[in-house]
Amino acid sequence: MENETILEVREKDGLLILQGVIRVPYTWAAGAVASRFYAGLRDRRIYGIRCPTCRLVMVPPKKTCHRCFGDLNDWVEVGPEGTLQTFTVVHYSEPELHPLRAPFAYGIIKMDGADTGMTHLIGEADQRALKEGLRMTAVFRDKPEGNYLDIRYFKPVKGAK
Amino acid sequence: MGTRTAIVGVGQTHHTSKRKDVNGQELISEAVKRALQDAALELKDIDAIVIGNMDHFEAINNVDCWSIDGSGAFMKPIMKVTTGGSTGGTLGSCAYYHVASGLFDVVMAIGWEKNSESDTQAAISTCADPIVERDFFGGAIGPNAAEYAMYMEQFGATQEDAALVAVRDHNNALRNPHAHLRKFITVEDVMKSPVLCWPIKLLDSCPRSDGACAVIYASETTAPKITPNPAWVHATAVSHDYVYFGDYDWEMMPTLRTTVDRVYGRAGITDPLKDVDVMELYLPFSTCGVVWMDHMHMCSLGDAPKLIRKGVFDMNGELPINPSGGVLSTNPIGATGLIRLGEAALQVMGRAGERQVGDVRTALATAFGSCYWFEATVLRSTKP
Amino acid sequence: MERVAVVGIGQTKYEKGKTKNFAELSYEATRKALDDAGIELSDIDNVVTTTNDFFDGRTIACMAVAEAAGSYGRDATNVEGDGTLSAFYGLMRTLSGVYGTTMVSAHCKVSEGSPRKIVNQAFDPIYDRLLGMDAISSSALQARAYMQRFGITEEQCARVSVKNHGNARNNPYAHVPLDITVDDVMRSPMLAEPIKRLDTSPISDGACAIILATEERARRAARKPVWIRGVAHCADAYRLGERDLAWSQPLETAARKAYRMAGISHPSREIDVAEVYDAFSYMELMWYEGLGFCDRGEGGRLIDSGVTQMGGKLPVNPSGGVLSAHSVQVAGLARIAEAVLQLRGEAGKRQVPGARVALAHGTGGICAQTHCVWVLSN
Repeated sequence: MENETILEVREKDGLLILQGVIRVPYTWAAGAVASRFYAGLRDRRIYGIRCPTCRLVMVPPKKTCHRCFGDLNDWVEVGPEGTLQTFTVVHYSEPELHPLRAPFAYGIIKMDGADTGMTHLIGEADQRALKEGLRMTAVFRDKPEGNYLDIRYFKPVKGAK
Repeated sequence: MGTRTAIVGVGQTHHTSKRKDVNGQELISEAVKRALQDAALELKDIDAIVIGNMDHFEAINNVDCWSIDGSGAFMKPIMKVTTGGSTGGTLGSCAYYHVASGLFDVVMAIGWEKNSESDTQAAISTCADPIVERDFFGGAIGPNAAEYAMYMEQFGATQEDAALVAVRDHNNALRNPHAHLRKFITVEDVMKSPVLCWPIKLLDSCPRSDGACAVIYASETTAPKITPNPAWVHATAVSHDYVYFGDYDWEMMPTLRTTVDRVYGRAGITDPLKDVDVMELYLPFSTCGVVWMDHMHMCSLGDAPKLIRKGVFDMNGELPINPSGGVLSTNPIGATGLIRLGEAALQVMGRAGERQVGDVRTALATAFGSCYWFEATVLRSTKP
Repeated sequence: MERVAVVGIGQTKYEKGKTKNFAELSYEATRKALDDAGIELSDIDNVVTTTNDFFDGRTIACMAVAEAAGSYGRDATNVEGDGTLSAFYGLMRTLSGVYGTTMVSAHCKVSEGSPRKIVNQAFDPIYDRLLGMDAISSSALQARAYMQRFGITEEQCARVSVKNHGNARNNPYAHVPLDITVDDVMRSPMLAEPIKRLDTSPISDGACAIILATEERARRAARKPVWIRGVAHCADAYRLGERDLAWSQPLETAARKAYRMAGISHPSREIDVAEVYDAFSYMELMWYEGLGFCDRGEGGRLIDSGVTQMGGKLPVNPSGGVLSAHSVQVAGLARIAEAVLQLRGEAGKRQVPGARVALAHGTGGICAQTHCVWVLSN
C-alpha cells in the first residue's frame, strides 16, 4: 500500500502520542497551456498569454483569464529580462522544501512585455543590494525536466543598478 | 421563512478515467462554462460560489483559493465545503442555503475530482481513525460487501439481484453522453466479472473518474427569468452518524432512514413509488441498489429483490432510478453527488435528452459518503 | 436580513501540544458554548464543523469531530476554510427558515502537523509549488510590497506585536502573552525579511464553538443576544504575481458590503472594537486600511497614534489577536467569539468599556487571498 502510516508510540504525561506519515503518490496533469510554457523553457524562451478582452499578458500563462473568464490562446514571448517587483531574503532552513540553502531570496519578477509577475528564486545576487526595480534575467537549468525549476532562478542583469 | 429556491442550470464535463489533457482548474472551468451556457448567464450574474472535492485526492490545500481561474470566483465570495463521498450533496445544499437565506440571488455549486491523480484507496483509507481503525480499514468496499452478505443471508436475496441493478445502471448510461462507462452488459457479464470483495464484483462497483459538475441555483424572483421550467427545491435533509465504522447499525441503516424520513416528511411524500417520478441515487455498489430500497420505503423489509426482478426501477418502470447511469457508470467523487442533483434537475426541467423520463413532476437525488452519511433533496416542477 | 443572534460561545485555551484528540478538543468548545447559552444539545437542530484535511492529517476530517460537535441525529455539514466562513454558512442555514439554532465549531491542532509543508500544498502543483514557499516566506513578499509602497517601517509593524502580545496578558485563552518592547521585536531572529520571529503568530492547538439562533429562539437562551448586523466575504486572484499585494481589494469589497448591511457609514467612528486576523504584524496595519479604519497607506500612522491600543478610540485585538494564538481554522471563529464577549460586557480584563458595535475578521489562503468581515452589535 502506498499510504504508509508509520506508527511509533512515545509517552507524554502518561498519554500516548501516535506518530504517522501519510505518503500518497500524486501526478498532476499540467494542461496544454502549461505544457507549451514548459516546452518554451526548453528553448530558453519565456512565453506569456494575452487576454483578448482585458489585454493583460499573463506570465506564467494560463487557459482562462481570471478577470474576463474567456479562453486564452494569444501567445506572446516575453523577456528575456524583467524587473524585480518585490522580494524577501529567507534566513531559516526547510531542507525538504527549499531548493536553495538559506540565506536565499524569493522575488516577484515582471518580465518585459508581461502584466503579471512571476514568483521565483533569486540567485547569483548580492542579497544586500536587492531592491525594487532591479533588472533581472532568468538562469535556465542545463537539463530541463518540464517543471518550474527549469528556470533555476533569476539573477540581476550584469551592471544593473 | 426562507427564500424559495430553484436549480436553473447544469453543466458537466464528459467523465472519464483520466483527463490528462487538462489540469484541475481547466477541468473545473469546463463545467462552469457549460453551466453558465445552459442557464444563458454570464459570470457576472453569479453572486457566490461553493466548491468541493476531496483534499487528499489531488493534494491541493485551500481549493477554494486555488480554483479561482477555473471557478471564476475572482472578487466574489467563494467557500469550500466537503464531507467525503457526500460532498456533492453537501455542495448542493450549501448553494441552496445561500439562496434560501435571502443573502444571495444566484449561486453556483461546483464539484470536481481528478481521481486519476492519486492512489484513491490509499488516500481514502486515511479517513479511518488513526488510532483505532486505520491499520485495517481498506477503503470503501468492505462495509458495503458485508452489508449485502448479511442481506442475502437474512432475506434470501441473490447476487443476481444485485447484478440486475448493475445492468440497469450501466445500460442506462448508454443514453448519457457525459457518462464514463458506456458499455452494454448482461447479468452474466456481471456474474463473471472478477470478485473484488465478496459478494461484490467488478461490474457491481463504481469506477474512479475524472470530471466536474456545476449547478446553478437561483431565487424565486430570478429563477423564472432564467428558465421557464426551474427545478424547485422542496426539501433537503442530511443525517450523519457514528465516527467508527464498527459502530454502525447495518441492519436498520439509521442514517439512510432518518434522511429519507426527513426529506419525505418535508416534501409531503408518503409513497415514494407513486409520489416520485424519477430518482438519481448515489449507489456506489449495485448491492446498495437492492438493500437501500427497503430503507427508502419502496417496499417492506426484504422485498426489494421482488421489485427489482419486476423491473419497477427500470427506465420504463413505475419509478425509474438512475436514468443517467448513476454512480456505477460515473464517479468523480467530489462531483458525484452534485451530478445526481444536476441530473434530477434536468429531468424536472425536461432537458435530460435521450435519458429523459416522460413527464417528471417530482425527482429525488441522494448523496452518500463518509461513515454512512446520507443527503437527499426533493426537486419539483412546481413552486414549494 | 432577518435578525440572527450569537447566543453562546466556547473556547479552549490555545496552546502548543494539546493532548486531547480532535473530538475531545472539539467537545470542550461545544460543551462550553451550550453551557454559555444555557441550552441543551436537544435545542440545536443543525451543525457546521470546520476542518482542513492537511492540518488534520486525515481525509474527510469532519468524521473525527462531527459527533463531538453534536451532529448525531442532526443535519450536519462541514466547511473547509477559516471559521468565519463556517459561521457564515451557519448564519445562512439559520436564515433559511429550515433551522432555528445552529452550532458552528472549529478545531485545529497545528502542532501535530508540519505547518510549512501544509501551507506549501496551497501553491500551484503545476507552477510555483516547487519553490518551497510557506506562510512566512510568501507573507514576507507581501509585507515588503506593502511597506515599500507606503513607507511603513519595521518599527510600526513591531508596535502591533507589542500591543497584541501585551493585550494577550488580559486573555486567559491566549497562547503567547508577552511583555515586550519594539526593541525586543526588532532584535528577534530574522526569518524572512522583513518578518522577524516576534512578527509571527504561534503554532497553537485549540477549538472554538459558537451558537447562532433566530430571534425567536434567541429569546429562550440564557444570555443577552449579540446580533449579527452584516457579513460579507470576497476572494482575490490566486497567483501572487497577479495580485496587488500592497492593497487588499477583496477586504475593502467585503467590508463595504458588510457595512452597508449593518448601516455603517463611518467605520472608524461607529465601530467600538475590532478583532482582526493578524497572522503577521504587518497584516494588522494593512487590514486597518482595507477595513476603512484609516486611509490607504495610513496604517502605520494609525498604530503610532494609539487609536487601536486598549484605551484608544478603536481598540483592535484586545484579545491579543492571532499573533498571540493561531489555531489556523479556529482563528477567525475565535475573533467572532471575542467580539461577542466584548458586546456582552463579559471580556474581563480585556473589556473595551461600553462596546456596542464590534467587528470580527477572518482570512484564508496565501497572503490572505480571501477575507470575511462580520459586524455585530448588542
